[in-house]
Amino acid sequence: MDRAATEAKIAALLAPFNTKGIAVGDATSFAGDLEFDSLTVMDFVAAIEDEFEIIISMNQQAEIETYGQLVDAVVKLQG
Amino acid sequence: MTDLFSKFDPIIAMREGLLATGITDPFGLVMEKVLSPTTAICNGRETILLGTYNYMGMTFDPAVIAAGKQALDEFGSGTTGSRVLNGTYAGHRACEDALKEFYGMEHAMVFSTGYQANLGIISTMAGKGDYIVLDIDSHASIWDGCKLGDAEVVPFKHNDIAAMEKRLKRIPEGAGKLVILEGVYSMLGDIAPLKEMIAIAKENGAMVLVDEAHSMGFIGPNGRGVAEDQGCLGDVDFVIGTFSKSVGTVGGFCVSNHPKFEILRLVCRPYVFTASLPPSVVATAATSIRSLMHGANKRAHLWENSRVLHAGLKARGFKLGTESPQSAIIAVIMPDLERGAAMWEALLNEGLYVNLARPPATPANMTLLRCSLCAEHTEAQVQTIIGMFERAGQAVGII
Repeated sequence: MDRAATEAKIAALLAPFNTKGIAVGDATSFAGDLEFDSLTVMDFVAAIEDEFEIIISMNQQAEIETYGQLVDAVVKLQG
Repeated sequence: MTDLFSKFDPIIAMREGLLATGITDPFGLVMEKVLSPTTAICNGRETILLGTYNYMGMTFDPAVIAAGKQALDEFGSGTTGSRVLNGTYAGHRACEDALKEFYGMEHAMVFSTGYQANLGIISTMAGKGDYIVLDIDSHASIWDGCKLGDAEVVPFKHNDIAAMEKRLKRIPEGAGKLVILEGVYSMLGDIAPLKEMIAIAKENGAMVLVDEAHSMGFIGPNGRGVAEDQGCLGDVDFVIGTFSKSVGTVGGFCVSNHPKFEILRLVCRPYVFTASLPPSVVATAATSIRSLMHGANKRAHLWENSRVLHAGLKARGFKLGTESPQSAIIAVIMPDLERGAAMWEALLNEGLYVNLARPPATPANMTLLRCSLCAEHTEAQVQTIIGMFERAGQAVGII
């Protein structure tokens, strides 16, 4: 799946977690802009893992701060 | 200069805000005198202890105390050394022998605390390229063990069998896998469906570690824990436990049938680079563990206490962490931290001590009043406790 298709799926998965309706771009940060707490992160990551049938380990999550980095990581993890 | 402490400002503000309401500091309680496993003097008044994890009431057992005193006299106050240097005394071996017999396993390794047991075993076993699959509600010592090691860490939703299985199946072929579960999860006092989860872990080629800290001595026909109770202890590769709960002292351990287990004594850093437990501690632990093997009557009474307290609090309108009593922990869910702290203080004024548990230690940011029962609580004490909860709950406006 190419980056655009992957991004579209992630955007759909993110929508229910984006409770304040923040405009999301590659530079949007999960902790700062979207104000995700650890519980939200867990649920959101689980949703992405199940959609793409991948694992995003805690070690990999630590490297992902922005939406763009997440999309890139998911593209890469799909192989 | 950047103040390295500025990162603690949010928690400092939260604490100050809470104390500004005039409430007693829930984390500043001092027990002036301990009268028994179930009572102490706090703030000058006799208080029923309902938050100690002293499940089997072994802390004042005459044989346990005598064993500790004798070891102090015969071996001195401390070992001043690591287990692998001058820190292994006859008492450490005797304690490991008692554990092997208690669990019916080949190997036992004693650590200086339960925290260090998880830290050491997990970080040493699961290394670079290996995968740890664990429940998201795991204890801090398990998370810290993961952080200290170099394995890939993959959490799954609490007690969710399907979520665990999906993640196991996505791990690259050939990678080492360790599944970490707990028998009893201490925040809500709920148990894990170990039988189903361990079967799936094994089908997917994973080794299994189960932390039975809150079930030892109490759950299972021989008090070996939830895995024994569900008939799957034989499939557990590593059981982690502690001496600071049912055993009634301090220390931690791992028991296993793994044929190469003993090598851990040389490669496990939290075991090697720590002074071993004092002789009096291992003597009290060994005596207590052997006594727990014959604790069937106490176990039955503790279950009865758990059932009565759960039913009593539920009937009075409190919201509890589990629908039915699953362990010796009954978690009472508070609407928020402010009312949780007020309720905690009202209970203390009634003469009852419970644990106030708050985020981030709790699941889903809940504030909990955690009650842990003891086999030495009498029927009358449990009724008294229910009455205290009722009065305090009405005073604070929770029920």
